[in-house]
This record gives sequence, structure tokens and C-alpha cells, in this order.
Amino acid sequence: MSFDVQKVRADFPVLAELINGKPLVYLDSANTSQKPNAVINAMTHFMQHGYAPTNRSAYKLAADATDKFEGARAKVAAFINAPKVHEVIYTKNATEALNLIVRSWGSANLSAGDAVVLTHMEHHANIVPWQMLAAERGFTIRWVPLTSDGLLDLSNLSTLLDGAKAFSFTAMSNVLGTINPIKELCAAAHKAGAIAIVDACQAVPHMPTDVQAWGADFVTFSSHKMVGPSGIGILWGRESLLDAMPPFLGGGNMISDVKVEGFTCAELPAKFEAGTQPIIEAIGLGAAVDYLTAIGMDNVRAHEHDMTVLALNSLNDRFGSDITIHGSTDAALRGATISFAYRDVHPHDISQVLDQNNVCVRAGHHCAKPLMRILGSNATVRASFYLYNTPSDVTALCDALSEAGDFFTL
Amino acid sequence: MPGLEDLYREIILDHYKSPRNRGSLEPPAVRSEGHNPLCGDEIEVFLVVKDGIVDDIKIGGQGCSISQSSASMMSAAVKGKPVEQARALIHRFKHMMSIDEGGEEPDTSAPLGDLEALQGVVKFPVRIKCAVLSWNTLAEALDIAAE
Repeated sequence: MSFDVQKVRADFPVLAELINGKPLVYLDSANTSQKPNAVINAMTHFMQHGYAPTNRSAYKLAADATDKFEGARAKVAAFINAPKVHEVIYTKNATEALNLIVRSWGSANLSAGDAVVLTHMEHHANIVPWQMLAAERGFTIRWVPLTSDGLLDLSNLSTLLDGAKAFSFTAMSNVLGTINPIKELCAAAHKAGAIAIVDACQAVPHMPTDVQAWGADFVTFSSHKMVGPSGIGILWGRESLLDAMPPFLGGGNMISDVKVEGFTCAELPAKFEAGTQPIIEAIGLGAAVDYLTAIGMDNVRAHEHDMTVLALNSLNDRFGSDITIHGSTDAALRGATISFAYRDVHPHDISQVLDQNNVCVRAGHHCAKPLMRILGSNATVRASFYLYNTPSDVTALCDALSEAGDFFTL
Repeated sequence: MPGLEDLYREIILDHYKSPRNRGSLEPPAVRSEGHNPLCGDEIEVFLVVKDGIVDDIKIGGQGCSISQSSASMMSAAVKGKPVEQARALIHRFKHMMSIDEGGEEPDTSAPLGDLEALQGVVKFPVRIKCAVLSWNTLAEALDIAAE
């Protein structure tokens, strides 16, 4: 199927909004993505015609709602090529999925003397849960450093992984845009006897995902970054690992039986899904998966690659030495998430001027403070592109940036 | 819609480019630190209180023009003033930023001077935290100094 960005844009009603009479230039999709009619309508239709509890009531409305809810799980499983549908666990978001891994797998497997390997480009969601458990258990955290062009420095990887029990890394940096060699990293983890955990929050929305080809043990991501609703995320894990792990949250739905003496767990996936689930959100996520599948993730990746090349070239051509773009200059090694510094104008001030032109970017530390310290700054401007962005968005970014430069050198 | 000139008044940019009382002080000066977890802005306030007077103040850290200019203006406004007056100014400034901490309405009879220029920040709610960061950090430093 050929990819037509104007057709894609027409699917996203918010992109037609005018703010103060001017069009919206949404360049914050690494933060959260906009929603297509397909997702909005699926959720609305479900609420209007089919909403009911799932997996607990016998009447037809509830049985149909359960089918749709479980159908969405099957769609997600196919989208990431999971071997088994019940290995796909609904969570609140990727952050909760990572916390689930750390609290459940980590608590059962990590103690003093053990080591876990992370990288310097992780989001706080893949750092803080490990630090929290490490403070209780006394295991150590080792860090894979970065090269000067924002890639992982793998020269010492086997030493770092030696004796480690887990290697948890991002598939794509939310600051630098770097796409990591996922397959190679998973293989290195396994060679050292460690499990491989992939934080795929920035990858699943933007490129084809194949958890089996990656060779991962756990993969986490959020719906809201992949044109789905907020409030739902995914943990995929190997059945054998999930089966061996203790439950995470306790409550309804996750039990097989409860007596005054104790409880027994439900089978997967219910074991990790305590309480009423994000039912409407699951329907929305299923619609998002259908939408992206119809467009084709290869097409999404190809479009974003083109946008990355255009954005990197345009920013460098127009601003030369006034702009410092973090991360790799090779669009083959990165996604369309571009962090930069512009002269000595603070990112907050830049984003304020950009906002006057409806250019929406993120300014700040992007929940990756260890990485920001390595970059030697406490904030960057980040423009992130998605399937609905166009070359004119790049022009709008450059024009607004130019205005910011003029304003702050008065 | 408020324009950029409502936010970035000339005096603000002047304080940003030439911050007053920039630097640090050695102990026995007290030190407090403020972070804006949203954007990573950091402010350090070094403070010497002698005989109930803000005898010396220095500002460290880094951040956007609003947070840095607010800190600069604040340092100039409280240096040499009685502690009580500094606390009253904190209350008044936060009130101007539409932050209601309860308590009495601040006395607004005295002119605010340069600080008046920050009034426009209220029209940009996202930036209020930037403007208030140094004032909260000063309040903490005054508390430490009073211990």
C-alpha cells in the first residue's frame, strides 16, 4: 500500500484544529501521539453500544465485551509477533509494565551480589524501579556508556554483562533517537546468562516489532504513543518466565481461589491483571493496532526516515553552528526524535516562542536526567515526528526557531 | 492572546543576560536548592542572615530566562532587608503569581520595582513555576538560617 501523508492527516481530527487562527504543528509524538478517528470512533461506539464488564458476567453484553477485550489482546500479539496471545499482559502503561518486571521477576531473582545492566540512555522508567529494588536488595546496577555520537558504546559489553542476571535497555532513545541493535543486545545478554528486557516504548509506534526475531524475554510499550488511548500499556513476556513469577498487584481477577488461609493465582494473563481492566482503552488500542497495520509499519518507518533526513538537513543548513543536534547524524541509525540546543537560548524560552506559532515541542530533561548530565545540559528542545508530520512541519519548526533566535538576541 | 512581549519584558531579559548577585558563599552561609522537576531548572540560594537582616545573598544554578531573571531580581530586592520584609515579599510575589497560600492579603502599598515586570508571567500559567522556583528556595534558606 502506498503511503499518503495527507490521507493520514485527514484521519487525525486534531491536526485540522486552528489555534488563534493558525494551524497546529504537532512535534511532540515521542511524548504522546495524536489519535485517529478509527480509535476515537471505536471507543465511542463501544461505550454507546457494547460496554460491559469483562471476564466475569454471563449475560450476552458482557460476553461480547469480553470477546472484544480479548480480541484486542490477540491483535496486539499479532502486531508484535508474540508466540502466544496470553503472554500479552495489559498494564497501565510502559512504566507500570517495567515496574511489574522489576517487582515480580526482580524480587524473585535478585539479591545482594547480583548485578543488573542498564544503559546511560534509559528513561527514568527503566532506571528508578531498579534503583528502588536495589536499595532493598543490595544488588548492583552497571551501566553501558555512550559514544560521542549518541550510540551505545558496546566495546565493553561482555565484561559488563559478565555474571549479570538481567540486561534492560531501550530499543530507541527518547532523547537521542538512537535505535539500538536490539537483536545483538538480546543475544549478548543470553550469552552471559542474563535475561533481555526491551523498553520498546519509542520503537513499537515507529517500526515493525517482532519480539521473536529480537530474541527478547520481556518487551514493554505504551498505547498512547502508538495512536492509541492513554491509560493502557503492554507487557509481553515469555510464558515460562511469566509462569514462574509471583503476581504483581493483588485483587480481583488475578486469583484462581481465595480462602482465609491464602490464595492461588489465576492463569496467564489474568494473573497479572488485578482489578477491572482498562476495557475501553483496550478496545481503542486494538483499533490503533488495526490502523497502524493497515498503513504498514514499514511505511511508517520509511516516512519517518525521510522526515528525519529532511529535518536534520534543514536544521543544519539553516542554523549551521548555531545549532547542536544531539545523537547520530545517520538517519539509518535513528528515529525521528531530534533533540537540540540552539545558541545559548534556554529550551524553555525556545518552546515559548515556538508555541506562539503553534509549534508543539518538548523542552526539558525528557525523564532521562542521567543522559542529560552526560550531554552536559539540564534541558534540550526535542522535536519528534510521526506518521502524520509533513515537510511543511519541518519548515514551520525552522521558521519559528529563527524567530526565537531573533527575539533573544535583541 | 498574550504576546511574547507580555512575558519577556526588557528588564527581564536584562536580568537574564546580566544576573545580579550571581555566585556562591562559603559556610557559615546557608545553602538551599530548588528543582523544577518538569524542566530540570535548578536554583541555589546562598544566604547570610546577620542580626535579623539578609546580609548577603548569592544565586547559583541554571535555567530559563524567567527562572533566572526572577532569582536575580529577588536577590536584589531582599539583600540588606530585614528577614521579615523578605518573607513578606515572598508572600506578596507568590500572591502576584496567583498562588494562594492562605494567610492575610499581602500589603501591596510599597512599589515592587523591577519585579513588577514579572507580572505578565501569570498570563502564561506553565511558566509560573519557573518564576516562583527561586522564591520557594529562598523561603527554605530563610528557614534553615532561622534554625
